[in-house]
Amino acid sequence: MDHLSNFCLLAVVLINFYCLGSARLGACIQAVALQGALLALLPLTEHGLSGHTLFLALAALAMKGGFIPWMLFRAIREVRIKREVEPLIGYVPTLILGALTTVAAFIFADYLPLLPEHLGCLFIPVSLATLGTGFLLLITRRKAITQVLGYLMLENGIFIFGILLSEAMPLMVEAGVLLDLLVGVFVMGIVLNQINREFSSLNTERLSALRE
Amino acid sequence: MPILWIGIASLLFGLSGVPGLCLRRNGGGGALLSSLMVLAGSISGSFGVIRALQSGSSSAWQSPWSVPGGRLALEIDPLSSVFLLPLFLVFALGALYGHGYWPQRDHPESGRGLRFNYGLLAGSMVLLLVARNGVLFLLGWELMALAGFFLITTEQENSDARRAGFIYLCATHTGTLALFAMFSLLGAETGSLAFPLAGTLATSGTAIFLLALGGFGVKAGIMPLHIWLPGAHAAAPSHASAVLSGIMIKTGIYGLLRVTSFFTEIPPWWGWTVLILGAISGIFGVAFAIAQHDIKRLLAYHSVENIGIIALGVGGALLGRSYHIPQLVLLGLAGALLHVINHGLFKSLLFFSAGALIHATGTREIDQYGGLLRRLPWSGLFFLGGAVAICGLPPFNGFISEWLIYLGLFQTVQGSPLPVSLILLAIPTLAMIGALAVACFVKVFGVTFLGEPRSEQSLHGHEAPKSMLLGMAGLLVSCAWIGLFPTSLAPLLSSAVLSWSSIPTASLSGPLSPLLLVGVCGWVLLSCLALVGFWLWRRSQNAPDPVSTWGCGFSFPSPRMQYTASSFGDFLVRLFRFGLWSERHGGRVEGVFPAAREFSSHTPDTVLDRLLLPSTSGAAWLFQRIRGLVHNGRVGLYLLYVLLAVVVLLTATLP
Amino acid sequence: MLLPLLLHLLLLLFFAPLMPGVITKTKAWFAGRVGAPLLQPYWDLLRLWKKGFVFSRTTTWVFRAGPVVGLVIPILASLLIPFGAMPAPFSFSGDLILFVYLFGLARFFTAAAALDTGSSFEGMGAVREVTFSCLAEPTVLFALIVLARLSDGLALQNLFGRHLAQAWLTMSAPLGLVVVCLLIVMLVENSRIPFDDPNTHLELTMIHEVMVLDHSGPALGMILYGSALKLMVMGALVVRLTLPFDTGMLWLDLLIFLGGELLLAILIGVIESIMARLRMPRIPQMLIGTTLLSVFALVLTLR
Repeated sequence: MDHLSNFCLLAVVLINFYCLGSARLGACIQAVALQGALLALLPLTEHGLSGHTLFLALAALAMKGGFIPWMLFRAIREVRIKREVEPLIGYVPTLILGALTTVAAFIFADYLPLLPEHLGCLFIPVSLATLGTGFLLLITRRKAITQVLGYLMLENGIFIFGILLSEAMPLMVEAGVLLDLLVGVFVMGIVLNQINREFSSLNTERLSALRE
Repeated sequence: MPILWIGIASLLFGLSGVPGLCLRRNGGGGALLSSLMVLAGSISGSFGVIRALQSGSSSAWQSPWSVPGGRLALEIDPLSSVFLLPLFLVFALGALYGHGYWPQRDHPESGRGLRFNYGLLAGSMVLLLVARNGVLFLLGWELMALAGFFLITTEQENSDARRAGFIYLCATHTGTLALFAMFSLLGAETGSLAFPLAGTLATSGTAIFLLALGGFGVKAGIMPLHIWLPGAHAAAPSHASAVLSGIMIKTGIYGLLRVTSFFTEIPPWWGWTVLILGAISGIFGVAFAIAQHDIKRLLAYHSVENIGIIALGVGGALLGRSYHIPQLVLLGLAGALLHVINHGLFKSLLFFSAGALIHATGTREIDQYGGLLRRLPWSGLFFLGGAVAICGLPPFNGFISEWLIYLGLFQTVQGSPLPVSLILLAIPTLAMIGALAVACFVKVFGVTFLGEPRSEQSLHGHEAPKSMLLGMAGLLVSCAWIGLFPTSLAPLLSSAVLSWSSIPTASLSGPLSPLLLVGVCGWVLLSCLALVGFWLWRRSQNAPDPVSTWGCGFSFPSPRMQYTASSFGDFLVRLFRFGLWSERHGGRVEGVFPAAREFSSHTPDTVLDRLLLPSTSGAAWLFQRIRGLVHNGRVGLYLLYVLLAVVVLLTATLP
Repeated sequence: MLLPLLLHLLLLLFFAPLMPGVITKTKAWFAGRVGAPLLQPYWDLLRLWKKGFVFSRTTTWVFRAGPVVGLVIPILASLLIPFGAMPAPFSFSGDLILFVYLFGLARFFTAAAALDTGSSFEGMGAVREVTFSCLAEPTVLFALIVLARLSDGLALQNLFGRHLAQAWLTMSAPLGLVVVCLLIVMLVENSRIPFDDPNTHLELTMIHEVMVLDHSGPALGMILYGSALKLMVMGALVVRLTLPFDTGMLWLDLLIFLGGELLLAILIGVIESIMARLRMPRIPQMLIGTTLLSVFALVLTLR
């Protein structure tokens, strides 16, 4: 089982890189959906099959792998955009920053005071790396949709961290987190629509015109 | 007594220009005499170095001295020898080359001064390399700096040369200031200004290291401190550029090595600092080089790159001492020292052949060259040899030293803890530097020597005179010698490493032993190439008459359609635009039938032209404003100043 | 000593032209055509061998040196690497650097020969070749560091030794990444799709093929042969990495190695059939991404 979760986590990191380097919004959404689906596997591989983990896995799969990506796809269809035109920092520099973040996450994870059974496992560094990548996406991209993706990725990082604790965490908390996410994305969706209607573009930079 | 021979060499070098000063302006006698003296000095010096190496022990000479701070102390040890050997060779060949390049009858104004300063530079450098006393070292250092300044400003009538010389003077004196502070601190630690023995100083020495890095780094041209280097090496006459770039900047490396050898313990951050600075110098040095279209500026930036490679080796060796990895110390430092020798050889070779180009065409602009291999077959061949060597490609000497540095850095690969194994990141950096250097020299060689002539001057280019060719040939042979017989230098390198740091002698023989096989590989490569090449040449003898190159479907192809140096570098320059900040003017083509358009690109030095000069001129402006306020000509105000000064003095002196 | 060397060379010299043949056949099969016979590259070489030369009057001896270096380098480089389980005939500590730098020498002379024609077209190819290799080189070194960290020596013989079979069980993630990286580098260096299209000479988008545009006769043959050899030599690394089996029987080892090379050729054919060539500005991004993958592989082994 350890091999399987390691494989999933590696794939998660590769998807992080892919999202940082890709200009196509559709492909990015698909990648994040795949990442969500992979994460849904993790509770099962880490803690074995039980009602608790099964619920968690199914809920995550439905939410992260299915519903939210579907909504995002609908959103980009409605606002008719295909690619991130001009990120604030180019793709190559963000990729390099992403790699640096990942390396830093791996080094930092070695210095954390962890439980002995968690030492040397990939969960912590990958979770930190995903968090960092999410932040990078949020910071460097202009389009609101990509920023939603960054937000999702950020949440994925938290989710990975949470899996280590899921034995100790009551079900309600996790359900609450997932619900939070959903509400968040909903709100973003509504905001997106409003931005689009107001400025006929999804560039968040236009929002700075509202500062007065 | 080997040190005596070296002392004689120093004197011969230093005085070689004096007879010429007393002779007539237009006669060639002074030039001949000075060349002979330089040659004699080289022979005597090399003899001394070889005797010292054969005897195995270091040869020293001391005498009482009226200057405070110790005795007059000279010593030759393997570490100094590594720096002295290329010096003797390159200065002798440079004097020979200078005969053809800067003949007295063509340059009656500047020829005598050039020769005098050339000799003075050599003599002072020999002095500082064997000096074992801070005052004596600084004496040599200042003489060297001043001789260098006059070499750079040989063409005083040229404003570029004057500007380059001024920047050099500022930079080198800032460095000397740091060295004065460093030697006083060192003197305070040891109690005298004589150099302590290697590995005897058991203090932390943070300030000493930082001052040494700053002072010697300016001379060596480590990246943020390299500001004087591109302009200066471009302005000097080619054989002077060759010794400035190939030999003089290495004294910075020598100083850094000499100072670090004093300490018993090296903190890890010293090594990391040098390693990181080396990586920056290497990558950005070559990136700036790619963006240049003045051949001597380009070569000057390559000096920054090669200093970076040397610094990678030195940094590795320092880290090896901190973390107690003897193989890393041995291979890293041996690679760095060999690269010091190698860079002296191939960079001088490249500057010599660049001089042949300037001699033939009268311009330094690469985009004006083209097709010169047909007109300057020998200079072209020598340039190609130097280019292959500087790219670190087998079978020439550059490969051997880079191979040693690589191998040293690879020593940490198996089973070392995390912070130590971060040294490994220097390996891909070095690989990238190598690949960029290949790109740059393909550009220079291709645009300069291959294709069709791009201008009238290069159409009528002519081969250099024999004395210049002889100088280049000597350097190419030495490059090939080190590449094909690398073992011949292995004993020198390992004893030099030992004189720098006492590592267990058991680890000495193993790591260097593959050098023999590397040499064999070079021979195999060379003979296979010769064999297949000979076959192809025989086969192509009965080829029909040559035709013209296909013009890409264009009816009237012209030489101007060839790729130029700027267009060749453009892809890479744009990849590195985050550090280069090139200026691009024009080039936008509009409409279906566009009119004639112009495009030009220019890459000034980021540190000097974008950072330092604007900030200094800003400071100058600020001070002017302040002066306007405080120095406004009202008498009452000046009286107030006097009063204030008295009050301040009184309050300061009151108990 | 002499016999393994001879076997090594014979394998290389006689098997290498089959790989482009297999690639073309795979692509033809994908497109629903019959395609050229498998042995067509051999016939092509033979045909070019018999032809005469045509030279441009702009060119010098550097133009002729290009094909010579391009042919000799892969042969020499092949002596440093093991072919499957067969050990490298010539091996010493640190030969991995020599391997990388030999190809650097080949690149220098191929690009210089391209500039020797004075054609703007070939200059374009030369620029791209040297630029992209600047970005591919760090990846190779990162991959070699990862492999060196998993092995016990600094010779290619050790790096691609028999411990790989064990290493796949414990260190599968970094090894997998290294395989991907080396495969991509192999595609770049051998100018295959998606980085370069070896079939079209006359487009402004090509890299390697425009550089050799003005070569003719036996010189062109040497270039084609040299690139086939290079493909096989670089492929040998990928094959050894993915099929690290040591059976102890020479013929079986041989079979595994040659079978692996053929599979690799088919894989390249498949990639070329299902992918389009990348836009030129995307290639540096792709290569930098590959470098980052290899950095990640290194990080995984450093922990």
